[in-house]
Amino acid sequence: MISCRNLYKSFSDKTVLSGINFSIEDGEIFGLLGPSGAGKTTLINIITGQLPFDKGYVCVLDKNVKELTGEDSKKIGIMMDSFGVYERFSCADNLKIFADIYGVSHDRIIQTLEAVGLKDAAGKPASDLSKGMRARLQLARVFMHSPKIIFLDEPTSGLDPQTMKQIHHLILDKKKEGCTIFLTTHNMEEATALCDKVALLNEGVIVECGAPKEVVRKYNHQKKIKLHLVTGEDVELPHDEGSAERIFSLMIEKKVETIHSSEPDLETVFLELTGRKLEEA
Amino acid sequence: MDNVSVIIKKQIRDTFKNKTVLIQFVMFPAMTLIMENAIKMDGMPVNFFTKLFSVMYIGMAPLTSAAAIISEEKEKNTLRVLLMANVKPWEYLLGISVYVWTLCMLGAAVMATGLPASDIPFYMMTMGLGFIISILAGACVGIYAKNQMVSTSLVMPVMMVLSFAPMLAMFNDKIEKVARFFYTQQIRVVFNTMSFDGVGGKGLLIIAVNACLALGLFFVTFRKNRL
Repeated sequence: MISCRNLYKSFSDKTVLSGINFSIEDGEIFGLLGPSGAGKTTLINIITGQLPFDKGYVCVLDKNVKELTGEDSKKIGIMMDSFGVYERFSCADNLKIFADIYGVSHDRIIQTLEAVGLKDAAGKPASDLSKGMRARLQLARVFMHSPKIIFLDEPTSGLDPQTMKQIHHLILDKKKEGCTIFLTTHNMEEATALCDKVALLNEGVIVECGAPKEVVRKYNHQKKIKLHLVTGEDVELPHDEGSAERIFSLMIEKKVETIHSSEPDLETVFLELTGRKLEEA
Repeated sequence: MDNVSVIIKKQIRDTFKNKTVLIQFVMFPAMTLIMENAIKMDGMPVNFFTKLFSVMYIGMAPLTSAAAIISEEKEKNTLRVLLMANVKPWEYLLGISVYVWTLCMLGAAVMATGLPASDIPFYMMTMGLGFIISILAGACVGIYAKNQMVSTSLVMPVMMVLSFAPMLAMFNDKIEKVARFFYTQQIRVVFNTMSFDGVGGKGLLIIAVNACLALGLFFVTFRKNRL
């Protein structure tokens, strides 16, 4: 559905993307993770045809991105962090413009607003919406024409946890409908919760790519087990036979309150690979 | 529905919400009605205020509103959303131009109410022509400016020259010598006689050159800056 081969992009003498390779299958949620300035937005701009690239091949809807037609663009929905809404227009009027452009029936407007939880705010001017509601309005605009591919650039950036959760549900609902979703984020919890595949981008280079669990497993060098004892003491044991016997005996003595394995998360993997944190500014 | 009509419909919906643009369309027609009815002085030419304000209307309303609408959409990134939704730049610009031209023509129709019926078709045609040149100039500014602030600072001097030069030219010969090279001044002369005979071939040539310059500048700005 989407693929990039050996993609390069520079701005004057600064290389922003270097040798990018990945592919996304139909119905997958692909997460591009990286700190601010890693090149996420540049990559999404290139894939959506908003920015030319220097070298390589980009394929969207199984077509060269440079050959996408107007009809193809109707199969794509894009929500960029920087995209605006018509402040003076109500939510419904905002969607009406795009319903007319995409040739979608006006009945879909209320349906879509209902799906994103904005039905009650249909008549409210966009200028009166909170940041979370505005993000949902933007999602409604993206979802309304039922695109096959959805690009979301930092869809939950700066939102409260509850709104973030609502947006995650909406994204997962779209996946169930068969949409292919490409999202950029610097939130590793979001990526783990939503994505079938992630790519870790650092300074324009993909340093790791794969299913989140596989990536995490691959870098699980420490393999430790953490025990919290009823005495309040925390015990860290290596992942071996000797520990099994110790855990067994502690359990027999009813001294164990909780047991956790200590596999790394995507944040730790990113830190190990790049020496940088995902949330770094 | 084709994208040009979508843009026009969007703008119509925005007309009464966007007070800063609305005032541009309403101010001169309202002033004309008030002044024509309120001020009557001996020796004052017939339809003096209609003719004066018509020229100022041409130099102000289409220029400022076209520039303001385009630059606002650029600043708020709604234009990018439209373009990503497969609205072509020419469809957008045509939609905005048709909208601005139509509203200006409605304003002109209000201003024309005081004119003799026989002069109205010629007056409307001339106004329509003047609006087209001003819209092209306004679109240039809108395309070039990255935000509304830049747009306003660019539009102001152009608008002052185009709308006020013809008025000041009535009182000062030196200003008239400069103002005669602007289409607004030539249109003011046309309105004096309500025929192109008043300006002659030279005046018509100046209007044509102004139109060509605006069109050329529009294409150069568009090619260089895109939307």
